[in-house]
Amino acid sequence: MRMAKKETKMQVILAQFDGAEALLDAARGVRDAGYRKFDCHSPYPIHGMNSAMGVTRSYLGFIVGTVAAIGLLGAFYMQYWMSAVDYKVIISGKPFNSFQAFLPVVFALTVLLSAFAAFIGSMMLNRLPRHNHPLFSSANFERVTDDGFFISVESGDPKYELKKTRELLQSLGGVNVEVLET
Amino acid sequence: MMDFRENTFRLSSDRNFGKAALMVGFVGLAGCIAGFAIDRDHFFFSYLTAYAFWLTIGLGGLFFTMLHHLTNATWSVVLRRFSENVMMVLLFLAILFIPIIAGIGNLYHWSHHEIVAGDPVLKEKSLYLNTGFFIIRAVIYVGIWLFLARGLYKTSLAQDKGYAESQTERMKKLSAPGMLLFAFTVTFAAFDWLMSLDAHWYSTAFGVYIFSGSLLSALAFITLVTILLRQKGYLADLITLEHYHDLGKLLFAFTVFWGYIAFAQYFLIWYANIPEETIWYRVRWLGYRPLTLLIVFGHFVIPFVVLISRGAKRNLTVMKIMAVWLLFMHWVDLYWVVMPSHSDRPLVGLWIDIAAMLGIGGLTLWFFWRRMASQPLVPVNDPRLTASAQLISD
Repeated sequence: MRMAKKETKMQVILAQFDGAEALLDAARGVRDAGYRKFDCHSPYPIHGMNSAMGVTRSYLGFIVGTVAAIGLLGAFYMQYWMSAVDYKVIISGKPFNSFQAFLPVVFALTVLLSAFAAFIGSMMLNRLPRHNHPLFSSANFERVTDDGFFISVESGDPKYELKKTRELLQSLGGVNVEVLET
Repeated sequence: MMDFRENTFRLSSDRNFGKAALMVGFVGLAGCIAGFAIDRDHFFFSYLTAYAFWLTIGLGGLFFTMLHHLTNATWSVVLRRFSENVMMVLLFLAILFIPIIAGIGNLYHWSHHEIVAGDPVLKEKSLYLNTGFFIIRAVIYVGIWLFLARGLYKTSLAQDKGYAESQTERMKKLSAPGMLLFAFTVTFAAFDWLMSLDAHWYSTAFGVYIFSGSLLSALAFITLVTILLRQKGYLADLITLEHYHDLGKLLFAFTVFWGYIAFAQYFLIWYANIPEETIWYRVRWLGYRPLTLLIVFGHFVIPFVVLISRGAKRNLTVMKIMAVWLLFMHWVDLYWVVMPSHSDRPLVGLWIDIAAMLGIGGLTLWFFWRRMASQPLVPVNDPRLTASAQLISD
């Protein structure tokens, strides 16, 4: 609900930079100016970009870890309940509660649920899927898959001011500055 | 940015360590001689355990070096000389195999004709398990390892004198078939030297089991040596926190790999429930229960929980403690594999086990340290050295 309203009003300033080094420097500049809701776009991953942008560690790992623990205990309890409580069948003379026999399923369910948690969690933390973004209305932005290095600042940032932000990006070496709206 | 070619990266005054290791080695050897005189059978089992411990570290180094060349890795260039020096201890350990040949009669009951004659299972296996063929095979395994290790090492040292692309190519070309030969020789060496202690028992996963512990302990050894050198002020600019983070990831990964293989071996035998297979675990559960539990928790659960977090892998104190711990657990693991064939209860005659560890270990470390001190600590002419030192993982 909140998201939908904000997205209709979203404004993005896009600036192009010379290359990977320039993009790293500019990212540090935008970070030091206090911006948080901005992103860097490049044709390939740039090492050190996370710290240059001031991105903090994602808490995805804790989501995955929690779900993995649920998968581990859940899978064990499920099998314990099925083979030692609810429907006891003697299988090759083994005890009903044979943890050895449960472990492959425990392992598989832990991994499966971890993978789900990692996938769904990263989608949610990245606010995906979304149907469109103002960036896609820029023809110049298509170069990001080829040889373009860009920084985009979103209007949702508390420090965002159209004129000031544009000047900041230009002072950091940004060219082809565009203001994009949905 | 950094010009590494100006620097030789040599150890300066730390040859003292080599002397200390040699002293410890001689003390251990004296203990071994006493053990040999007092309890000959036990001495050979102790010796085999200690030998397997140091040999598997060397083999792990050989594997890691070949893996580095085959994957054309950049990140591990700063670690390459370390893993090469680790693999070169195989040269020294080849000589230390001789006492095992002398102790075949004490170690392996399939080597006695009168026992084989009364045992239909061993009679069937005698085409493979006999003293002559055992020695021939051992010579083949060790020969292959020495051929690979020496070939890789000589080319690597030639690179220190002057770089040529053909050297890199040669090391890759040696590593590709080398990896295949490594897989076969390590598997069969594990079968011959460790599994045949209980010649009735067999497990196809046993070779991989020994290999997984081998690479894990070699990584722990490299981690430990680099951290100790760092504390003395060596290579802090080259082997950075990012490298320790990656080593930590590998330690974690091979902890899981070891656990996976160890459980797979146990699980299949437990499920099939065939007496000739389950006896191996039964002996270890009845007489060696504390050690069995120590291995389950100490070799898998504790390292798994400790090393899973990013913070632990980037904390050198934690990494150092875990490296020492994993090496200790690797020894416990081999002790648990070897000793039940000799005695029903663990820790009997522990002093001979310790003496053998100190004897072989001291001499091996002395040999290792001599190489460390006589060569640059990193491959100074590798063109990827700078890129390796500037590794960033995010």
